Amino acid sequence: MEKTETIAAIATAMAGSGIGIIRISGEEAFSIAEKVFRPKKAAKKLTEQASYTMHYGNIVDGGEVVDEVIVLLMKGPHSYTAEDTAEIQCHGGVYVMRRILELVLRKGARAAKPGEFTKRAFLNGRIDLSQAEAVMDVIQAKNEYALKSSVRQLKGSLVALIREIREAVLYEIAFIESALDDPEHVSLEGYPENLGEKVDNLLEKMNRLLITSREGRILREGIRTVIIGKPNAGKSSLLNALTGEERAIVTEIAGTTRDTLEEQIQIRGLTLHILDTAGIRKTDDLVESIGVDRAKESIKDADLLLYVVDSSTSLDENDSEILSLLKEQNVIVLLNKVDLPTKTTKEMVEKVLQRPLVPISAKEEQGFQEFEDLLEEMFLSGKISYNDEVYLTNVRHREAMEEARESLNKVKESIVSGMPEDFFTIDLMDAFESLGKILGESVGEDLINEIFSKFCVGK
Amino acid sequence: MPNVEEYTDVVVIGAGHAGCEAGLACARLGLDTVVFTVSVDSIALMPCNPNIGGSSKGHLVRELDALGGEMGKVIDRTFIQSKMLNVSKGPAVHSLRAQADKAEYSRTMRMVLEETERLQIVQAEVTEILTKDQRAAGVRLYSGAVYHARAVILCTGTYLKARCIYGDVSTYTGPNGLQAANHLTNSLKRLGIEMYRFKTGTPARIDGRTVDFSKMEEQFGDKRVVPFSFTTDPESVQKEQDSCWLTYTNEKTHEIIRSNLDRSPLYSGAIEGTGPRYCPSIEDKVVRFADRSRHQVFIEPEGRYTSEMYVGGMSSSLPEDVQHAMYHSVPGLEHAKIVRNAYAIEYDCINPQQLLPTLEFKKIKGLFSGGQFNGSSGYEEAACQGLIAGINASMEILGREQIVIDRSQGYIGVLIDDLVTKENHEPYRMMTSRSEYRLLLRQDNADQRLTPVGYQVGLISKERYEKLLQKKEQIRLEKERLEKTMTGANGSTQAFLEKYHSTGLKTAASLAEILRRPEMKYTYLKEIDPERPDLPLEVTEQVEIDIKYDGYIRRQLKQVEQFQKLEQKKIPEDLDYDKVPSLRLEAVQKLKAFRPISMGQASRISGVSPADLSVLLIYLEQKKG
Repeated sequence: MEKTETIAAIATAMAGSGIGIIRISGEEAFSIAEKVFRPKKAAKKLTEQASYTMHYGNIVDGGEVVDEVIVLLMKGPHSYTAEDTAEIQCHGGVYVMRRILELVLRKGARAAKPGEFTKRAFLNGRIDLSQAEAVMDVIQAKNEYALKSSVRQLKGSLVALIREIREAVLYEIAFIESALDDPEHVSLEGYPENLGEKVDNLLEKMNRLLITSREGRILREGIRTVIIGKPNAGKSSLLNALTGEERAIVTEIAGTTRDTLEEQIQIRGLTLHILDTAGIRKTDDLVESIGVDRAKESIKDADLLLYVVDSSTSLDENDSEILSLLKEQNVIVLLNKVDLPTKTTKEMVEKVLQRPLVPISAKEEQGFQEFEDLLEEMFLSGKISYNDEVYLTNVRHREAMEEARESLNKVKESIVSGMPEDFFTIDLMDAFESLGKILGESVGEDLINEIFSKFCVGK
Repeated sequence: MPNVEEYTDVVVIGAGHAGCEAGLACARLGLDTVVFTVSVDSIALMPCNPNIGGSSKGHLVRELDALGGEMGKVIDRTFIQSKMLNVSKGPAVHSLRAQADKAEYSRTMRMVLEETERLQIVQAEVTEILTKDQRAAGVRLYSGAVYHARAVILCTGTYLKARCIYGDVSTYTGPNGLQAANHLTNSLKRLGIEMYRFKTGTPARIDGRTVDFSKMEEQFGDKRVVPFSFTTDPESVQKEQDSCWLTYTNEKTHEIIRSNLDRSPLYSGAIEGTGPRYCPSIEDKVVRFADRSRHQVFIEPEGRYTSEMYVGGMSSSLPEDVQHAMYHSVPGLEHAKIVRNAYAIEYDCINPQQLLPTLEFKKIKGLFSGGQFNGSSGYEEAACQGLIAGINASMEILGREQIVIDRSQGYIGVLIDDLVTKENHEPYRMMTSRSEYRLLLRQDNADQRLTPVGYQVGLISKERYEKLLQKKEQIRLEKERLEKTMTGANGSTQAFLEKYHSTGLKTAASLAEILRRPEMKYTYLKEIDPERPDLPLEVTEQVEIDIKYDGYIRRQLKQVEQFQKLEQKKIPEDLDYDKVPSLRLEAVQKLKAFRPISMGQASRISGVSPADLSVLLIYLEQKKG
């Protein structure tokens, strides 16, 4: 049974309210929880506590208190996974949950893979055989979502940078290996110093990457929200009002937003990952039409659509076009520019589209309270949601990146302590594999191909 | 006309490096064995390079020897130069390579075969594999004769429909102009076996009397030779050695090649087979590494009693006149006479994914195969497969459990697993980078890893096995002693450390801790270790490696533990993948076509994702429940 590794994940939905649970399962669950937990009353260590007990105290990171929590201990086999399980119940904010999970991972747990808790529960006999098929479905579905979101949400420039680092690592491995395979053709004289410099360089890049990817987030998280509407309906003004900064260019000229702008915002503890799209209209302008196509494309994967209708103009063929794109998605209609004379009324819109509607003025920031109430209500009632896998994938990515950094640091140590060159490849290979996890690429025949394509070896 | 009809236990087709090991293993395990060859005078022929071993290949030979194979013993008797490669690097990549006296090697191996009871050599071309109820039942020869057998081992090397080519000259022969085997392929195809066509090549041989060695660098063997076989007395291999010579190609050579590329059958498309990337022809090197102004050329003797020499690094299939011009442009070879031209050779082999890791065909019981026929390249790779095929054919007949060396046990395991599991479109050569756990799979500990397996099979004598147990015990005790023996931070210890440029001690430390320092050696430690027992080198070497690289070794052992878990989860032979819910279509197709024996093997099939593995695991657990 695979229960040697201790895994952790956030067990509750990533909503902004209520209680959040970080679940840790595996042989070291209690000892890891103990490392991050400081009880309010001086009590026994968590590892010495009885099963099915609750403990009140703080989660601490070094000297800093992260949150006030309750820790629930369940000894295997009497837990969901049938392994020792610790549940940290915290205040549920996205930021807090994230910090606690990251802390737990730093103390030795591994981020759970898609569906891994369920898989363990099954393999440890906690789930009925009749449920096995559902378990298999969950694993495949979660995995596919994780893969999909990985590819979809990994920022292009980041992919390029990670790939660049990974390829540089591979090149060095291939060079060392070709010298090992063919010592009479390839010499490693003076190489360790050279490698040391290259590794420093890579480490610097990775450090920057870890810092700049805000709080270590590599994927874009949140409810995937797309703002749509015809040109000049006020989509960019809405985005600016929501984010509070001049992010999108707002002009009087219709068709200004030619590309898709993206922003991450927090509304009442919910993370919205917002895309401002080009206004949808028929156009001959090539650049604009690309923007329009993109807008239509993003509508398809959205968790939530914010349809901005210009109340100061009449509904026209561009609005009809938009209506034709709306299928099963969650839509909130924002009837904008209510500060101007009205040409399109609430009733007129409701006649063609029966979805929740809020009158607003993006410019004057009117109606936002109602909009936020509606948003929160829809989320709490479960109408809109997003898959936690994105967040978890993010944690896994960060973990992988840190592993890669750790491996490169080990290469440095090996160089400094004068280990033979073949030892460098052990850690270089680990770094290569870790980076591959982020890109969803396994090792396969990469190394052999690299050796043959870059180095002339053989008799 | 009545045909000859004979009965035997095992038929081995081919007497190259794979066939010899296969035949010897079967006969030694008590089975009547007939080894067929197209030429009795070419047993254990080395038609390409005149050496055994080399990086990672040296490991293979040591492992073969540890299991009870023959190659190591024969090369120890017939080498004319020997070197341990990579000695400046870590112990995992040290590798032995010996120059062979080709004729002696071949003659010696033939003698071993002839001296082996129950082994019969027959010169004939096998044209058909006979089967009964999807089981190998024997072979038919070109003459019509039939040999009934309980198992058949295919070791046809590069002889199936072989064609040798240089320029526009091509002959339908095997290596060295030997007769090709032209009929067997069709018989295999009729059995539903999928065939590939591979290509390889060899450089020219030149007359050593016409070489100007003064323009070359002399390459000597090691002062102290280490034998390949764990059974060879090290003193017996300390003998006079011959030299090899190093020279280089130059721009002129490259220009000759470039201006004649259109006449190369490789580039004109006259050769259809897939060639190996690691053994590129000189024309390949010049094209692919255009920025290189020179390539190394090694001139190596083919034997002690011949003046023929091998031109390592310059294999080619260019026309004869271009070959002459090209070789003559190399310093030292200006007036060299060519004895045999370089040529490329094409041959039929199989897609080895049709084999189980035991080297038995998945679809035909009792039919085994090894060597280049399985899509590998190299004498050592061939020999190892031959041995495993021979052992398993015997086990099958004897009703005993067949063996699989896994990836954590040896390079042999990596070799066979790669062959039978991964997509392979060129002759496969062993490389140290192919092994995940190479720190554990060292050439120096092959006996500890595999001799117990050889003993269990029956190819290793009780005496040899007990010697191994004794060695392991000595290693264990000495390691324990070094871990326990403490030395204080006293004057003599500090002086000792200073002498070897090592920092002084702050508190007492064990001898093992001191040994772990990169600059420290077991031999140095003697100065502060008065109670050291007198132990043989083979023991102290292991002690030193185990202690020095303890951290890395433990890391790999942990990885092996994870690996083993998946390897040990067997998948039932008759599993209906269509019935596994949630398995992706691609995975179903791959798994159905492949039929992996374990979750571990399944995990290495391209196109099977970790989620698929989880699903499969759950399905299997459910069925068990």
